[in-house]
Amino acid sequence: MITAVSVPVVDALETYKINWLRVVKKTKETPDTYTLRLKPKEGEIPPFKPGQFCMLYAYGVGEVPISISGDLYNGKVVDHTVRAVGPVTKALASAGIDSVIGFRGPFGRGWPLEEAEGKDVIIVGGGIGLAPLRPAIQYILKNREKYGKFYLLYGARTPDDLLYKRELGLWRGRLDSQVLVTVDKGDEKWRGYIGVVTTLFRYLKLDPANTYSYVCGPEIMMKFTIQELKNQGLPDERIFISMERNMKCGVGLCGHCQLGPHFVCKDGPVFSFAEVSKFFGRREL
Amino acid sequence: MVDNYSNSRGEETSQEVSKYYLLQPSLINELIRALRDDGYAVYGPVVRDGAIVYDELESASQLPVGLRDRQGPGQYRLEERGDGAFFGYVVGPYSWKRFLYPPRVKLLTVTSRGEVTVHNDWNGKMAFLAVRGCELAAIEVLDRVLMRGPYRDPVYSERRKNLFIVAVNCAEPGENCFCASMGTGPEARSGYDIALTEVLGDGVHYFVAGARTTEGERVLEKIGARRATDDEVSAASSVMKRSLTLFKKKLDVNGLKEEIYGSLESPVFTEVANRCLACANCTLVCPTCFCTNVEEVTDLEGKVAERWRRWDSCFNVDFSYIHGGSIRSSRMSRYRQWFTHKLATWVDQFGVMGCVGCGRCITWCPVGIDITEEAANIRRAQEVSAT
Repeated sequence: MITAVSVPVVDALETYKINWLRVVKKTKETPDTYTLRLKPKEGEIPPFKPGQFCMLYAYGVGEVPISISGDLYNGKVVDHTVRAVGPVTKALASAGIDSVIGFRGPFGRGWPLEEAEGKDVIIVGGGIGLAPLRPAIQYILKNREKYGKFYLLYGARTPDDLLYKRELGLWRGRLDSQVLVTVDKGDEKWRGYIGVVTTLFRYLKLDPANTYSYVCGPEIMMKFTIQELKNQGLPDERIFISMERNMKCGVGLCGHCQLGPHFVCKDGPVFSFAEVSKFFGRREL
Repeated sequence: MVDNYSNSRGEETSQEVSKYYLLQPSLINELIRALRDDGYAVYGPVVRDGAIVYDELESASQLPVGLRDRQGPGQYRLEERGDGAFFGYVVGPYSWKRFLYPPRVKLLTVTSRGEVTVHNDWNGKMAFLAVRGCELAAIEVLDRVLMRGPYRDPVYSERRKNLFIVAVNCAEPGENCFCASMGTGPEARSGYDIALTEVLGDGVHYFVAGARTTEGERVLEKIGARRATDDEVSAASSVMKRSLTLFKKKLDVNGLKEEIYGSLESPVFTEVANRCLACANCTLVCPTCFCTNVEEVTDLEGKVAERWRRWDSCFNVDFSYIHGGSIRSSRMSRYRQWFTHKLATWVDQFGVMGCVGCGRCITWCPVGIDITEEAANIRRAQEVSAT
């Protein structure tokens, strides 16, 4: 029996309401991916945790689940990184400055940042999978004294596919953290590592008894990263991954996001590998 | 009125049938009328398009008196029974979720100026007539899913709140029924106001009505039903004892969850997928399937958008769509999702199986896929691979 987060019963009616956000900044990350900085039309952004997601709404088109990808200004604005692939994400990605988009949320369970206090943390991202990890990275770097060693490994297909390039540069320059970036295929200007993200593990010396890991990326990338973390001696209970499924309602009622016994929207999207190992990486489950 | 949602099969309940009443056939009409007079919209079985479905009742004359539903895998036929039984059939393609969790509801209206209206203005009062044991269990399952998790669905909760339930104990199970093995029937267990047992034959025709709630008692007193004698109560009890001996199907649930978790790659699913049409009939007729999708509809000018929620099915390819494609694109994976959800993952999610043994998915499957057979096949394949 899964013990869901024990919170009082909430009338889901509250969660069906749409609130409005104004686009205050728009950054082109890659040819098809944009980060929207959003500010509430009125009131405050509800409190959220790194790793949670919102349902973003393009008026008259529909909703999509998008991870919160940044929290730099103490909740006054919130970032969402959107890749334009379907009708809704295309509509969202084409929103200009000052346009208004709807949101519901935040939903789900985020990264266990408090649990990891006092411990080393390794974050591994693949491609657009860096988006839900970014608020966790920002939090750890802002509260650096609360954590032991901090590692960030990030891989993308090409230099053009890297998200948050300016910020990556700043992170890489920090003396209190080890930040390694790799691409599968470089270009003439690339001076970094070449190869899939798991090849970066050889440059680290992890303390498996004392380390938490947060992983997000395509399932195949997560599969090999989990394998590598296990090889390094990390137990399943301290390997956390963010799962992606078809989230629709956000509150575990519509049934779309099931992964085995889990509703990814309310039990996740962040799971410890111990919770999902029976169901992770199985074709079409 | 059942205001105690915590009734559930398998659990102790403080409410028991306190009093038995006797209803002559003519009093069934009085029962409907009394409930209507009390402001209930009464829903019950009627014949439509060659099947027994549920619709609003104004009088007992609409009931499918004297009919039987002959069912088999992929088969359903109505025929004359040759007697005047009021409830001599089992369950048809409708279930009560149609009224408690309607197939299509408007959730929101949004205007281009940003005004958002949430719709939940239903404030009716419903009474269901002829709810079978499996269906009571199904309502109990939906209670757990839609009202007792961290989030409560407002549409279901509003309709469920004032529900009055007249149950009917099944005197004869249908060919696809397996409620006895699921612990949900053929006798109503809990979660009702009145339960009727029809006693018919040897020149007698009456109903023994057990009242489980004070509201149930009140309604029976109101229509002038007298208390049943011990003999009448014992005749009803014999009907139910006999019913238990008539079952043809069973599903062995003992340890089934673990067997299914150990069989996710079983060739049984591939074999079923060769027959399954992914038509979604099983999920639509299932009294516990609760998955929904939302549709966004705009007017021609684009000034008003509406968000409608409608029943969905895990057999639809789009159900598991994420950017770039569907997680479950093969029929094998979609049948496996439905099957494992009903009989295994549901238990972990809600503490009870998602299957109540009503047999609808067997009857309404165009190719007659039988969940009890497939569960047995999974077990058999496990045993073979274990040896």
